[in-house]
Amino acid sequence: MTMANPYLPLSARVLERIQESPTLFTLRLELTDPKAQAAYAFAPGQFNMLYLHGVGEVAISIVSDPTEGQVIDHTIRAVGRVTHGLAKLRAGDHLGLRGPFGRGWPMGQAQGRDLVIVTGGLGCAPVVSAIEYVLRRRDDHGRVNIVQGVKHADDFIWRDRYDRWAAHPRTKVLIAADVGTPLWPWHVGLVTELFDQLAFDPKHATIMMCGPEGMMRAVARDMLAMDVPDRDIWLSMERNMHCATGHCGHCQLGPRFVCKDGPVFSYDEIAELLQVKGL
Amino acid sequence: MDEPNQFLPRAGLQTLIDRLNHAFDRCLGPVVLDGIVQMRPLSRVEQLPAGHHDHQAPGSYRMTRDDGTRQFDWANGPQALKPLLFTPEEPLWRVDRDDTGRLAFTPHNPMRQRTAVIGARACDLAALRLQDQHFLHGEHPDPYYGARRDGLFLVAVDCSHPTDTCFCASSGDGPGCGDGADIVLTELDDGFLLRGTSDPGRAMAASLGLAAATTAQRQAGRERIVAAAAQQRALPDADLSAVLFARQDHPQWARIADRCLACGNCTAVCPTCFCHRSQEDPVLGGSHSEHLRLWDSCFSPGHAYLHGAHLRESIRDRYRQWLTHKFGGWVTQYGRSGCTGCGRCISWCPVGIDVTAELAALTEATK
Repeated sequence: MTMANPYLPLSARVLERIQESPTLFTLRLELTDPKAQAAYAFAPGQFNMLYLHGVGEVAISIVSDPTEGQVIDHTIRAVGRVTHGLAKLRAGDHLGLRGPFGRGWPMGQAQGRDLVIVTGGLGCAPVVSAIEYVLRRRDDHGRVNIVQGVKHADDFIWRDRYDRWAAHPRTKVLIAADVGTPLWPWHVGLVTELFDQLAFDPKHATIMMCGPEGMMRAVARDMLAMDVPDRDIWLSMERNMHCATGHCGHCQLGPRFVCKDGPVFSYDEIAELLQVKGL
Repeated sequence: MDEPNQFLPRAGLQTLIDRLNHAFDRCLGPVVLDGIVQMRPLSRVEQLPAGHHDHQAPGSYRMTRDDGTRQFDWANGPQALKPLLFTPEEPLWRVDRDDTGRLAFTPHNPMRQRTAVIGARACDLAALRLQDQHFLHGEHPDPYYGARRDGLFLVAVDCSHPTDTCFCASSGDGPGCGDGADIVLTELDDGFLLRGTSDPGRAMAASLGLAAATTAQRQAGRERIVAAAAQQRALPDADLSAVLFARQDHPQWARIADRCLACGNCTAVCPTCFCHRSQEDPVLGGSHSEHLRLWDSCFSPGHAYLHGAHLRESIRDRYRQWLTHKFGGWVTQYGRSGCTGCGRCISWCPVGIDVTAELAALTEATK
């Protein structure tokens, strides 16, 4: 039998590199084969495997708008061997790309509903694509709440982007930092402390979140306490990924393969697993 | 078992080996090498381990020999089919970088060697069916595994000599062979019951021109399999998936971790363990690089690496991952347990950890 080879990357080129913060950067990519670029399509919340020549692959979520088919944006934090190497790429440099992979955000379920999008740390990237998708179809959705928490005020990036989002009708942007600075204009404390300012109907809302698992557990706890059904709460999970096809076994979270069953899960699918340390 | 049985006299086994060597690129079969049963190129019937018997126990594998003539009076060796299809190390693709930095990716063609294997066991067939599900039946079929699987022809042999570590009767996978073979043999004292169990297998069987087995021969074969099902070791009679996921904080996990070395022997010999990692092998000048995959183990420290940390830092967490996945996660992922009762993880564990005993401890009513 002849099969497509799901492990083979496509050649891609860096169009632009944007330094977002001291450790965070965005690579704006295009596939070098114009036909492959034209055929490339993804859904908000999906990810690509980026390959750095001679070093290896890493799973990175796609932050660009799915309707902007000509560019594929990835916002990356330099922490490991591959990401430190990717940080050194400049416009015109080449890399490999496989994807998209995984199950993204429930954009269908979210239609017509209020939205609460909660992100923590530098974890906003996996929902940026969903936010852009929703705000481009503003009339298809109810009230939109965007809540972003960072550890330190200095970690906050994309201020322009949040300002732009906040300018949309029926859209609320709430920001918090665990540790503030003298001129920090927003809340100092946890994101959950901002929840009394949310404008949403818990019985008719879709919750999306990503960030540290401790934060996501706390957000889920508070949302359940507000009578949001567990099936309306969605989380983007992270685990080690080598193959992205469900074969290599590294990304398992209990019986789930995060790469193919996720990375986006509804809370009822993984609630019990989130309570266990060391999974 | 419904396929009509023919009788292959012991002297006729050489003909079958010859036919397989002729019809396929290679024929592998069990030979005793370095004190263990290994699958090696087989051309002469004398290479088969006549009179050899394995004696396995927790942390122990020994072979003895007597003057018996039966060639399959042993249970298994440390490996059977897994390394033939899901290879321990394999280059997947190569990338070339030209002077301008452009990258060109070229897939390696999987070696399309057509392989016949004599001597697969019921536990091996069950494991093969699971590996097929994992590598071939998902959204992204694996072309490397698939190419070798296409060219595989299996002559399985019903097990008549389960060893102390075997529990295939309890897992429901043996000792008689289930689906997946092309030909199944049952060894009798003077020859074999033989039945084709696939179209190519039936064609091969027909080409041998054998007589139908007698009622007495078929009866003898059935008795062998019934006798082999009498095994000492068994899995606890419990919903293991539910129990294991509910008892992630059971104190037994720490007691296992006191003994477990996290060496990964169990995952290496397990016929269903599928974890692997990717690795780059670049040339010094940077002009090209090979992208490899290698067997990995959930016991290796880097298995659950994320953002500079290890999510399963302790041996307790890693053993719990292995056992909970094998007997729990598999049920969700593939509709059944990932254990086929071969007992290899018990024999090849250097400290003799016995999964059936650990599962019994974990399923006891009181913690």
